[in-house]
Amino acid sequence: MDTPLEIAGKMFTSRFLLGTGKFKNKTDLAQSIEASKTEIVTVALRRIDLERHDENILEYIPRNVTLLVNTSGARNAKEAVRIARLAKEAGYGNWIKIEVINDSKYLLPDNQETVKATEILAAEGFVVLPYMYPDLYAARALVQAGAATVMPLGSLIGSNRGLKVKEFIQILIDEIDIPIVVDAGLGAPSHAAEAMEMGADAVLVNTAVATAGNPALIAQAFAMAVEAGRLAYLSKLPPPKNNADASSPLTGFLYDQSR
Amino acid sequence: MHIMINGQKKEIFAAQNLREIVDRFSSNPAALIAEVNGTIVKKAQWDAVSVNDGDTIELVSFVGGG
Repeated sequence: MDTPLEIAGKMFTSRFLLGTGKFKNKTDLAQSIEASKTEIVTVALRRIDLERHDENILEYIPRNVTLLVNTSGARNAKEAVRIARLAKEAGYGNWIKIEVINDSKYLLPDNQETVKATEILAAEGFVVLPYMYPDLYAARALVQAGAATVMPLGSLIGSNRGLKVKEFIQILIDEIDIPIVVDAGLGAPSHAAEAMEMGADAVLVNTAVATAGNPALIAQAFAMAVEAGRLAYLSKLPPPKNNADASSPLTGFLYDQSR
Repeated sequence: MHIMINGQKKEIFAAQNLREIVDRFSSNPAALIAEVNGTIVKKAQWDAVSVNDGDTIELVSFVGGG
């Protein structure tokens, strides 16, 4: 009964994007990817270790999963563009998650530089999924710049605190016509379900899965929560009320006396 | 001669091409991307591009990330 998630003309059944950072080992990563049923995973680009470079993370990511390379480490648009161009050269597609962070304390995305990078890369034919602070003007500028999705944070990256900026994400969901992917801060499956119930098109989770005691198990839980939240949204769930409203009929009680 | 590779100064004894440099520093160059003096060099060109004294090389690859 659900329609697939469409990003840049590509259809996805899963609405759960998984990050690959912070996993204790590659077995946990591979099992989590499988359990999550994800169809899009993020990776980062780094200098190789000149003393011992032998590992290739892509060997643990199934080929049918879309690779979304992030520009983490970029402090401005120029650095993000450079990382994106390097990533494309590896030959694993042109999907790029713009992540421009210039604050080492809060790790908040720089919306202005993110818009600039999106404009340049979208014009070069990249499929651009920008990570951003949920601001309506910035989101509109990203759409204008050619973004394929808008990815607002739920709370500080890696904080597991859930939807701290819920009302502002709701504004983006209501006003922006391209997919909204809630990225960063979702620490429990209930947070993911909440985002999906609100009408988010998908969520991206990394820390909560990678650092859980059993990553594959929580990956499965997140996948179920995303699905549950999505179905609830599609069901047009009823709004909260201030007053009690009995679920059982208020007539025909056994002790009713006729007068 | 000396080259700067991934921010480190390294000594190279004979003239080498980029592929030889890559092979020296990586045992898994499958998903490796190379940049010489700020310009990306496609894998197909690695044999043809010679590395010269003072060159700045970046070798990058994918790692886990969110």
